Parts: sequence; structure tokens; C-alpha cells
Amino acid sequence: MNTTMKTSNITGERIKKYLEQGKRFDGRKLDEFREISIETGVSKNAEGSARVKIGNTEVLVGVKMNTSEPYPDSPDKGNLMVTAELLPLSSPRFENGPPKFPAIEMGRVIDRAIRESKLIDVEKLCIKKGEKVWTVFIDIYSINDDGNLFDAAEIGALVALKNTKIPKYDEKEDKVLFGELTDKKIPLSKNTPISITAHKIGNNFIVDPTLEEEDISETRVTIGSSNGIISSMQKGNLCALKTEEMSKILDLIDKTYTEVFKKIEKHLK
Amino acid sequence: MVKEIKRKSGRKADEMRPISAKVGIIPNADGSAMYKSGETIAIAAVYGPKKMHPQHSQNPAKGTLRCTYSMLSFSVTDRIRPGPNRRSTEISKIIEWALDPVVMLDNYPNMVVDVHIHMTQADAGTRCAGINAAAMALAHAGIPMKNMVSSIAAGKLDKTVVLDLDKYEDSDFEEGEGSTDIPMSFTDDGKLTHIQVDGYISKEQLKQAIEMAKKASGKIYEVQEKALKEIEK
Repeated sequence: MNTTMKTSNITGERIKKYLEQGKRFDGRKLDEFREISIETGVSKNAEGSARVKIGNTEVLVGVKMNTSEPYPDSPDKGNLMVTAELLPLSSPRFENGPPKFPAIEMGRVIDRAIRESKLIDVEKLCIKKGEKVWTVFIDIYSINDDGNLFDAAEIGALVALKNTKIPKYDEKEDKVLFGELTDKKIPLSKNTPISITAHKIGNNFIVDPTLEEEDISETRVTIGSSNGIISSMQKGNLCALKTEEMSKILDLIDKTYTEVFKKIEKHLK
Repeated sequence: MVKEIKRKSGRKADEMRPISAKVGIIPNADGSAMYKSGETIAIAAVYGPKKMHPQHSQNPAKGTLRCTYSMLSFSVTDRIRPGPNRRSTEISKIIEWALDPVVMLDNYPNMVVDVHIHMTQADAGTRCAGINAAAMALAHAGIPMKNMVSSIAAGKLDKTVVLDLDKYEDSDFEEGEGSTDIPMSFTDDGKLTHIQVDGYISKEQLKQAIEMAKKASGKIYEVQEKALKEIEK
């Protein structure tokens, strides 16, 4: 497939025709994810890391921790910072330079999926109220973009956090001993926020689009949820949705969550 | 004869870290490769030749090789802020100079070949690993090349010339004369396309270091060649 150019109209029409018959180019059902493969501990200098592949889409996610001052409005809570970079290495469509909107949005959507699910117990990341807390950095890099980077990145963030260990901290010297990790895992709740993005193409809704499908998507809705509780959502692009369509999307995502959860469950321990 | 230094890693003076390589790791790219040396891992992707933008950067005489090197924020123990910095800007150019002499872009006027290099895990020797990965990715992309390029650092720990400093040796070794790092790149017919020195070394020992690295570059070449012959698809 040519990844440099956007999907042509003629291919787009064919994709739509197929969807009408409940079919996709790669033989998947409309609500079916591609193969998900996960590796953890892929970057040993990170406090936690994961490589997630969904089909040909691949992301690398690393977690780093450092101490800093808390924000004035949350003096006893740790901080979370999520950044995403769409590397030119991963697609001919991405360019060098400061992050553009798609990368910024991706970082923010995943930030909300993690933050609002209360996955990280930020109160336990307080070292001294009002003075010193842990900041958790989650950095996401695209390695190969074949659609659905959002979901791959969020699963990467979740899995990387699950294997994150807190670095050693010398309280007297107020210094983090980088490179030396404690046995203590980062404090996490039992929640398993997974973000799933549904796309509207013609009259149909699909999950986990390939790049080709993503190109002709009219609108997308990314929902971060954990065991049926929704805590983050983002509708992207222009096309308006009927409320019945929105309900359909919610049902679709509920069903897909269970499927995806099963596929990644063993990495969430 | 100076007594040979004992290396913390247990390696002999002229022993490099274990290396491995894989070609074809990024489906979207025209060419791609991974090169691992000890705990240092580099990945590289090549896109092109394609039309050079902006237009004023075009060279009507020949195509341009453009390299960008960067380290993932979590590739080192102390997080790096994402985005380019002075170090990565210099290394990008060094890599360009190391590879440009072997690529034949005369037939691609106004075009550019982009090489993107990222360190996913860093433990010293990142520019050498980056060059090795990039050279393989260029070959994988079918860019005409006169030679392969293989890169390795020699160095000096106190008074002993050694091969391939690791992170500890590069940053924390302070005995006697301390550590000297000399990253170099060789074409497979033994020419130098890149050399830097960072430390304290005599002319005689530098000559010795160059010979040591040149010999090691032959072993890297074998690994690169083997990886290129094992492309999956």
C-alpha cells in the first residue's frame, strides 16, 4: 500500500461498498481488532516501557519519573505528563519539527484516558506535601503508522505503567538516583483503562482502522473506559453524529473493550 | 610494555560488545534496520529518494543525503526533553558526513534521501550504532552505494588502548589518564569517513586505536551483510 498519498477516492468508495456488506479488505469483521502483540521492558533505562504492535502499527512507550514541586492546586498529589511524537521514521507523512496538532492531540487524549481513569494513585506519589512530589512522564513514539496509533499508544501507556518501578530517591540529598530502581512498583489502582476508537465510514462504524480506512473516516470517537465506566472521550473530525449513532458507538466500544482486554490481559498483571 | 587494564565488563582490550542486527523492521519505510551493541540499540529508517522540499535546498548537481539523529526521551537514565538539541544536531551532521561518501546520488538531482535514526536504548556508542543501522537501512532501501560503512569506537582507559567503550568506561572511568573515546567509521575497503576524539591520547596510541577499530569494523561489516541477506520479505 502507498502510505505517502492519502487513500484515493476510488479505493475509498470500494472500502465503503465492502463495509455495506460487512466486509473489510483484510477480511476482518467491522468490530474486530487486528493481532495485538506486546513486549515489555524494551528500553532498560526507562522506569517502565512497552512495545505495542497492532497489525503493522507499532509504538514504543516509556515511563520516566522525577521529583518536582507539586502544582499549587494539588499540593499532595504527584504529576502526570504525557507526550507523543509522530516520528518521521514511522511514516512518510510525518515531518521533522515541533509537534503539530495530531501529535499534541494524541498526547492529550491519552493523558486524559490515563489520568481520569484514576489508574495512577497520585496521592501516593507525594513525597512532602506542598514541596516535593513525583512526576510521571509517559513518552510515546510512533515506530510504524498503519492506522489506529491512538489505541496502540494508550495500550502502550497502560502496559508500560504496569511494569514501572520507582527510582531510588535520596531524601537527605533530595536527589533521584537515576538508573537505580527500587523494587516498588508505581502505585496503581485495579482499573484497566483501555482506549478504543470507533470510526464512521459511510453508514458503518468500525474499530481499529488501517491507515487506508482511517483516511476515509468521516468522524472518530475515542473512548477511554475501564470495566464499563467511561472516563474520557474525544470526538475528532467534522461529521456530525445522530444521537442514535452515538449510542451505537457506545455499544460497539463496550463489546470491543472485552475483546481487547482478553488479548492484552496477561500483560496487565 | 604497559600492563593491560582490567575492564569492569571483563572484556579484553580489543574485544567489542556483543552485536546483532536486523533489517526490515519498519514496513512503511523504503529501508530500515536495527543495530544492537551491548545495551545500545539504534533503529533507522530511510525514505526516498524523493523531491527535496523546500525548493531552495535542492541541489541540481546531485541528490542530497539528509540524516537526523535523536535519542528517545527514556533511552537514558536521566530523561531527555523531546526535540532536537545541540548534541543531536551535531551528531546528525557527523552521521551525514560518515555516510555521504559512499552513497551515489549523482543520478538524483534535486532529490533527497532522508535517514531517520533513533536510539531506543542508550549505553554509549550511540552514534556508531546509529551509523551502522543507517548504512544497512540505506542498502535495504536500494540506494546505490559504493561501499558499506561500519562504525565502532576505540578508546583509551588510563594508558591502555581499548575497543568500544561502554557507558561506565565512557562516563565514569577516572583512573590515571581517564578515558578517551574515539568513534570512527570505515568503508568496507578500509577508508575513514568519520573520526572524533574526546580525551587525552598520544599520536602513537591514536594510530594504534585506529588500527584496532579498523580491524573491528570488518567484524561489524560481516554482521551487517548477514542481516541484509536475511531480510524477511
